[in-house]
Amino acid sequence: MATFRIKRFNPEKQPEPYFEEFELDIPDGATLLDCMNEIKWTLDGSLSYRMSCRSAICGSCAVKANGHALLACQRQGEHLLDNDDTITLEPLGNMKPIKDLAVDFTPFWDKINKVKPYLEPKDEPPAKERHQSPEEFLLIDDSSTCIMCGACYSDCNTLEVDDNFLGPAALAKAQRFVGDSRDSKTLQRVQDLSESGGIWDCTHCGECVERCPKPARPFDRIKEIMTVALEKGVHNNNGARHALSFTNSVKRSGNLNENRIPVESMGFFNIPGLLSLIPIGLRMLLKGKVPPIIHHSIEEVDDVKRIFKELDQ
Amino acid sequence: MIEHDVVIVGAGLAGMRCALEASKELDVAVLTKVYPSRSHSGAAQGGIAASLGNSEPDSWEEHMYDTVKGGDFLNDQDAVEEYVKAAPRIIYELEHMGCVFSRTPEGKIAQRSFGGHSKPRACFSADRTGHAILHALHEQLIKNEKSVKIYNEWYMHSLIVDGDRCNGVVVSNIQTGEVEVIRAKAVVFCTGGYGRVYKITSNAFASTADGVMAAFEVGIPLEDPEFVQFHPSGLFRQGILFSEAARGEGAYLLNGNGERFMENYAPSRMELAPRDIVSRAEQSEIDAGRGVNGEDCINLDLRHLGEARIMERLPQIRQLAIDFLGIDCITHPIPIQPTAHYSMGGIPVDKDCHVILDAENTKMNGFFAAGECACVSVHGGNRLGTNSLLDAVVFGERAGKSVLEYARGKDFGNVNEGQEKTKVLEKFEDVFQRDGSESYNDIRDEMKEIMMTHCGVYRDEEKLKVCIDTLKGLQVRFKKGKVTDKGKLFNTEIYEIMELGNMLSMAEVIAAAALYRKESRGGHSRTDYPKRDDKNFLHHSMVYDSSDGFVIKTKPVIITKFPVTERTY
Repeated sequence: MATFRIKRFNPEKQPEPYFEEFELDIPDGATLLDCMNEIKWTLDGSLSYRMSCRSAICGSCAVKANGHALLACQRQGEHLLDNDDTITLEPLGNMKPIKDLAVDFTPFWDKINKVKPYLEPKDEPPAKERHQSPEEFLLIDDSSTCIMCGACYSDCNTLEVDDNFLGPAALAKAQRFVGDSRDSKTLQRVQDLSESGGIWDCTHCGECVERCPKPARPFDRIKEIMTVALEKGVHNNNGARHALSFTNSVKRSGNLNENRIPVESMGFFNIPGLLSLIPIGLRMLLKGKVPPIIHHSIEEVDDVKRIFKELDQ
Repeated sequence: MIEHDVVIVGAGLAGMRCALEASKELDVAVLTKVYPSRSHSGAAQGGIAASLGNSEPDSWEEHMYDTVKGGDFLNDQDAVEEYVKAAPRIIYELEHMGCVFSRTPEGKIAQRSFGGHSKPRACFSADRTGHAILHALHEQLIKNEKSVKIYNEWYMHSLIVDGDRCNGVVVSNIQTGEVEVIRAKAVVFCTGGYGRVYKITSNAFASTADGVMAAFEVGIPLEDPEFVQFHPSGLFRQGILFSEAARGEGAYLLNGNGERFMENYAPSRMELAPRDIVSRAEQSEIDAGRGVNGEDCINLDLRHLGEARIMERLPQIRQLAIDFLGIDCITHPIPIQPTAHYSMGGIPVDKDCHVILDAENTKMNGFFAAGECACVSVHGGNRLGTNSLLDAVVFGERAGKSVLEYARGKDFGNVNEGQEKTKVLEKFEDVFQRDGSESYNDIRDEMKEIMMTHCGVYRDEEKLKVCIDTLKGLQVRFKKGKVTDKGKLFNTEIYEIMELGNMLSMAEVIAAAALYRKESRGGHSRTDYPKRDDKNFLHHSMVYDSSDGFVIKTKPVIITKFPVTERTY
């Protein structure tokens, strides 16, 4: 007998959410969604959640199970049991709950819309199809598998502290067009995506890749956009400058010059930005956390340089 | 009262393609009980048909012949001709919109083989073609967001009809429970199929006959509802679709003895015979005790295709079988069984998607339908794989054009908002007031079970009569169901109950038409009438509701290019 601890919320009845437990024998081969349906249809019809295709393609049934977002239809109930034979279900994170496990997707879709998620073709359409090689198709193959389930958005650590961040799904969707050989706005796109709330605000934690139920793997797509942005010379922002400064420091000395990186990231001529570093610099000084003024290379720096050479950088 | 020039119900391929067309001049609303990207069109895997000839020479005539023969000659050939002729343009337009397609080495749209098609004409995006097109169309709607208003998570309850004219719909917001009237010059239904009436089905929980029954309730007949397609490869016990593309790429079907049994049923096409034939062959093997390990399943063997090809062409469905059955098709065969998949029948429309009321093509003004909920009929008695996505896009566009033509310069019709709202509020109240002695879950399970066993791949008079009696009993019990949630906020239970009500009626319509058609043709197979009977049944059936029960009339089949011949493969 398994216990399902489900976070219930119905503001029509009670303003605060609470946990309710249901006992259920998980039938052989039952998915988590099958279990949720069994609970709804035989134990408590008032339990609300979304579902539709039950074959991991419509993206409706994402919920948090044991603290992590997943697609309920894609996972076997048995596999989610913790040591106490319990599964804890909660609504997706970073979005407001409406009732029980259903959340308000409005901010999610607003951000998708912000990345101009449609092809802006190079020229008038030809009589037949535009040509695209199988290799060019591969550049957008993974991002086009996204099903907009919101699992990545739910568990994104940046979004938890920064509403302004576009989030992994919107950025993966953006890569779908940045990488499309038929699109004409690549430069404009990577410039827009380099603004505040865009690619450089990602903290590289990789949580979205862990949560993605498809091969879309948002962080991998974010890295691809970063690469295109740097290749296209879109350097005039803190994120790009930070990445370049970081790389140069490692290339030169084999480790990070922690005095130089913040300054280079801000930009040498960005006076207000540089001034904004002073308070944190002073606090570091007081706590004795200031890195050595003279930066030394590591002993094996020649090996590092050789690696960079082999990577052709 | 909300007003829009046009309201489109359903945001799958047909609905969104229609919206793109109609919004060129009109104020358009699209209403969906999910979100556009969650529509069931997205679950289509294998491909979309068009005679592009990118891998072998092909022609619209061959596509037309394959479609008509596949449909067992019940297709209206004038419509089929326009449909297959439009196919290449429709695909190129999708590509121009940005739809992602798999490619040939020269960079053209890649095409693969599919059941019943004599040429490789399935254009595809790996094994997620419906998803690729659905998202491409959604992207275009986002681009045109100023001219199309999307109502996400709204449910359509009923049509507003005044004599021979349709003036709008009554709807409710699933998130808040508010009931609203939408007045419109034209209403378009793109509400999809109703496979959920069956126990084993590939269909989404949302595929519940809401649109079709709303039409039926205002006196519109349903055409050919007895023709339900069973897809040969549903994952065992779950019914989840495992694409025909697997067989298109060369997979084998093996019975419990390890034999490629299709040799005995369709020796020239083998595993790539049309779906009705393959599903019957599987069911016959299972019924004869030759299922795998004596169970109700057949093996689909992909192992000889090799890992590289499976990973390139079928990666998503490989993952599906791993997630749902714990089986990797690279190393093991996949147990499958026939699964209710597609409704060939539906709301009768002419080839411009205008809803019609009878064999004389009398129009219901201001009411249009496209996609799976409609019956044009381009699929006849059995649809070929990859022809449904094409149907949705071709007729979605045509519906849009027809609506433009119709609504241009029209005034709004008269709508009594209070009265229309009250009717729907009473429906809610009726459910809330029931005595609660019956379980809706039991009723739903019993409906699905009886439809599977008595109105499934094989049917006969005795079974169908039992089926209809059972359904009538369930309809009575339905009126005494137990409701738990009487709140307004995101009350999914109340909508499931309304959907179940629709399905119970739909199931009876299917069974009644199946009882009427005393022959075997396409997806309708009667063991007591195993032969096709062109003398008595080469016509469409039209089921009408009446106070004395259903009335079934006929509508002639339009035959132009290809005379009716014997259908063998």
